[in-house]
Amino acid sequence: MSAGSNDHIVIIGNGISGVTLARFVRKNSDCKITIISSETEYFFSRTALMYIYMGHMRLKDTQPYENDFWEKNKIDLKFDHVTDINFENKQLNFETSSSMKYDSLVLAVGSKPNKFGWPGQDLPGVQGLYSYKDLELLEENTKNGINRSVIIGGGLIGIELAEMLHTRNYPVTFLVREGAFWGGVLPEPQAKMIERHMTTDYHIDLQLNTELAEIHAGSNGRVSKITTKSGEKIDCQLVGLTAGVSPNIDFLKNTSLKTDKGILVNEYLETSIKDVYAIGDCAEFKEHPTGRRNLEQVWYTGKMMGETLAYTLTGAKTAYKPGNWFNSAKFFDIEYQTYGWVFAKPQENESVFYWEHPTKYLSLYFVFNTKTHEFKGINTFGIRLRHELFDRWLTDKMSIEYVLEHLKDANFDPELYSQYEKQIVQQFNSENNTSIKPKKKSWKRIFNLSQK
Amino acid sequence: MKIIQSIGMTLFLGALVLFTSSTFLSKVEFTKNSVKETVNENVYKSIGSELSDALQGTFSNPIKISGLVSDIYNKKNQKYKEAKEWDKVMYVGSGQLTYQLIKKNTVGWFVTSQGLLLFLTFGLGVIGALMYIIPQVVTLGPAGIKNNHVYQNPSTNRGWIAWLVFVYLVGFYVLLYFNPQFLVSQIQIVEPIKEFISGGESSQWFLYGVLYCTVMTVMGIRMIIKYRHNNYQIVRTLSVIFFQLIFAFLLVEILPLFNMPAVDLKNAWPLDYDFLFDWNVKQLFEYGNVGKFVFFWGILLSVIIVPTLVYFYGKRWYCSWVCGCGGLAETLGDPYRQHSDKSIKAWKFERYIIHGVLVFAIVMTAWTGYHTYNVLNASDSENVKASLLGISVFDIRSWYGFLIGSIFSGVIGTGFYPIFGNRVWCRFGCPLAAYMGLVQRFKSRFRITTNGAQCISCGNCSTYCEQGIDVRAYAQKGQNIVRSSCVGCGVCAAVCPRGVLKLENGPEEGRINDDPIMIGNEGVKLNYTAIKAK
Ligand SMILES: Cc1cc2nc3c(=O)[nH]c(=O)nc-3n(C[C@H](O)[C@H](O)[C@H](O)COP(=O)(O)OP(=O)(O)OC[C@H]3O[C@@H](n4cnc5c(N)ncnc54)[C@H](O)[C@@H]3O)c2cc1C
Ligand code: SF4
Ligand code: SF4
Repeated sequence: MSAGSNDHIVIIGNGISGVTLARFVRKNSDCKITIISSETEYFFSRTALMYIYMGHMRLKDTQPYENDFWEKNKIDLKFDHVTDINFENKQLNFETSSSMKYDSLVLAVGSKPNKFGWPGQDLPGVQGLYSYKDLELLEENTKNGINRSVIIGGGLIGIELAEMLHTRNYPVTFLVREGAFWGGVLPEPQAKMIERHMTTDYHIDLQLNTELAEIHAGSNGRVSKITTKSGEKIDCQLVGLTAGVSPNIDFLKNTSLKTDKGILVNEYLETSIKDVYAIGDCAEFKEHPTGRRNLEQVWYTGKMMGETLAYTLTGAKTAYKPGNWFNSAKFFDIEYQTYGWVFAKPQENESVFYWEHPTKYLSLYFVFNTKTHEFKGINTFGIRLRHELFDRWLTDKMSIEYVLEHLKDANFDPELYSQYEKQIVQQFNSENNTSIKPKKKSWKRIFNLSQK
Repeated sequence: MKIIQSIGMTLFLGALVLFTSSTFLSKVEFTKNSVKETVNENVYKSIGSELSDALQGTFSNPIKISGLVSDIYNKKNQKYKEAKEWDKVMYVGSGQLTYQLIKKNTVGWFVTSQGLLLFLTFGLGVIGALMYIIPQVVTLGPAGIKNNHVYQNPSTNRGWIAWLVFVYLVGFYVLLYFNPQFLVSQIQIVEPIKEFISGGESSQWFLYGVLYCTVMTVMGIRMIIKYRHNNYQIVRTLSVIFFQLIFAFLLVEILPLFNMPAVDLKNAWPLDYDFLFDWNVKQLFEYGNVGKFVFFWGILLSVIIVPTLVYFYGKRWYCSWVCGCGGLAETLGDPYRQHSDKSIKAWKFERYIIHGVLVFAIVMTAWTGYHTYNVLNASDSENVKASLLGISVFDIRSWYGFLIGSIFSGVIGTGFYPIFGNRVWCRFGCPLAAYMGLVQRFKSRFRITTNGAQCISCGNCSTYCEQGIDVRAYAQKGQNIVRSSCVGCGVCAAVCPRGVLKLENGPEEGRINDDPIMIGNEGVKLNYTAIKAK
């Protein structure tokens, strides 16, 4: 299965997973590599879409590699859309009616925005935010200015869209089905902090416990208002559908390839068909190798899958085994990082320690085992924390007391920032009748870890 | 708020127009004896009567005066040269001559109402600018990174406003360095400040100093408002303003009052390229022990203090906390930091040219040092040896001054801000930066740590790195950033939306991690030997 130098690896999708795969294959092999995409000619960072609309960057600034990188590394790019795949003959057919043979095929086709069959969801002026084309559409949809927009779905992309529209001074109504922003993921006090931030500082009209019923067209055929399930009508000229994403595999349905929500894979990222693999947002594990969710649509998992599969394809068969969970995001001005597992509600046997700054948007939410005091995870708002250290503490199953005692080691805020470890630990002490003292930051401790 | 800002902008632009057009607003009146009283004896002997004939009555256009003077001056010099009468050739330069003639003979309200003029230009300019800037506390929204519309605004996306600013700045530097005779009015406007601080006559360098301090302070306030959530940025901005106002400006004015040499004590060789010039050293030694102290301080600064501090803190202690060039770049230049070229090509070019300038600076200094040594030890001051290996000290000195000191650091370095970004000089030209960069790259505790695998490759860090470092290229691999050119401005860390970057000083060991395994990719870690065996 390892790619010989005459083999042709074809990757559909030039997102982070496909590109990472191609780069690592190239490091270890001279085989022919082709990346296909119908989105943009060159790889760009999807996570930066919002910054293009807000004017922080141009498309070209979001491209992690210079345009001649691909040629220099002998990675062929094909800007076309794959309409169907003949797995028997190992052949792809393109929209431009050309075709291409492959020896190994990697499906890295990503996601698409969810649409739940709302009446009016395909009207002009109604859109999701996933691809560069969506961004162009947003420019088009807002070019004459709008009086109000409605965003459906309170998650990460929804709040990004809200921030984007806010920079152009377009009022935003944000409909969230749950009783709290990102309520399925964030613990309540932290969800409340973000709600406070977006409503008081950014005047977002946040409507919790509200569901979309229907989208209505005006006389010009474009969206003119929506109604909610409770019958409220909201006039608007733009509707953003940001209620999650799902694997972009419509063109693979009705083929012999086994799929469920996504393309089903095993721990080696192999699909049900020989020499066909799937990575990134579109890959769904039949059974997750480390018991995490079977579908993890985030940036770094795509990156890790791409690297892992590249070793397999070049002769060192490697299983995909992600370690401790981590992630990050930004909600308007509040930076968020998480390490380990933090659920919206504590699981069985889990205790919580929560600290919040009295005035600033800073908060830490620690989860630990009630009996053993093993540290399980942390959500941090506004205070940056060192990934390496938390990863190590989680792997080594350190206790919550240890973590608090060494919290200064983990502080990753810029120099000269105020530090709050003292207050944090004090509060823990008084709630738990302990007498932990935060230790001074030690390079030795921090560094031994990274020396491994 | 919008109204206050509009009024502010109008005031500022009005003040700027008045300041700029003042070249044509003053009146120069020549009487019979004007020329005789202004120019030196030699010049008077050569062209005194021609000048007196040509310059009669009142002028309000310095270009006209300059034309008349240079005509006469050049013709006469030409004649002398043709006749090989070398001892008669004049060296003062027609520009300088014009400058003197205008400066001495300006009359009317420009001389009598300097205070009013100062208020109308600098005063209203500053008030207007602040009226525009301070409301940003509200208009920009809550504290946080607000680079909104940077690429949609013609002043920051190389649009027409940027090009206008470019033309203005380049024009200003060309006049400042090469044609100060057209800045006499502006020089006179700041005369009251000079009188207040130290007495004496204002010059184009004094004007430049006042402008520099004013611009840095006003734009520094803007910088602080923009980054008011970030203590590193606030303290660093206050620091560069402090060093500019006190060390580069006030002390230089005040020290001579106490019979001490007028030096900028923070200015280190090789940025301070005339450190070993004979006139500089001679001048210092004339001040006796104080002068000698200053001389040795200069050596100590460059040889011991600079590299030691770079070892502990990186070159940022100088470039982003102390330096005047850096200070202007971080304040006036902040709106333009995204224009630095991030390509690999630009990086290559950078390494050739900045190290080239460093070599040039060292050679030039060796030559001037040799000459200065000869001057100080000469028994016969007429016959000092002023060339080494057949290259004239004066040539190499003036070429360096012209190419590096004026064109590169001034005209290109600052004039090109709106187009090529704010650190063109610091990145491509500054020999001190090159010197500190070598220390920072090979022997320093400073690095920018990448926070594990949190990078999402968005590109904000690279876009806003004024030094054109492709920060993302390192961050997305989980690699620390250790680059000679990094001036430690901290903006990459500030704009990163995922908290990935941290400037810090730590143990040298492990500072550079060339090929890290992505944190969390346990499968790869477990299979590492098999992978590496390939
Ligand atoms: C606005 C936004 C913000 C985000 N922010 C974050 C974040 O902060 N952190 C985080 O972890 N994740 C974030 N994500 C999610 C993250 O971007 C995705 O998980 C990641 O990009 C998925 O990468 P991928 O390589 O699997 O697929 P994609 O990047 O989706 O790439 C798939 C590519 O394949 C192409 N393609 C598909 N089918 C075909 C075909 N038939 N023919 C040709 N080409 C085809 C698509 O056009 C697309 O270009 C964000 C997503 C969005 C939309
Ligand atoms: S790498 Fe960061 S700190 Fe260094 S110069 Fe660039 S933006 Fe400034
Ligand atoms: S700004 Fe931060 S997240 Fe974005 S590319 Fe740079 S380091 Fe990565």
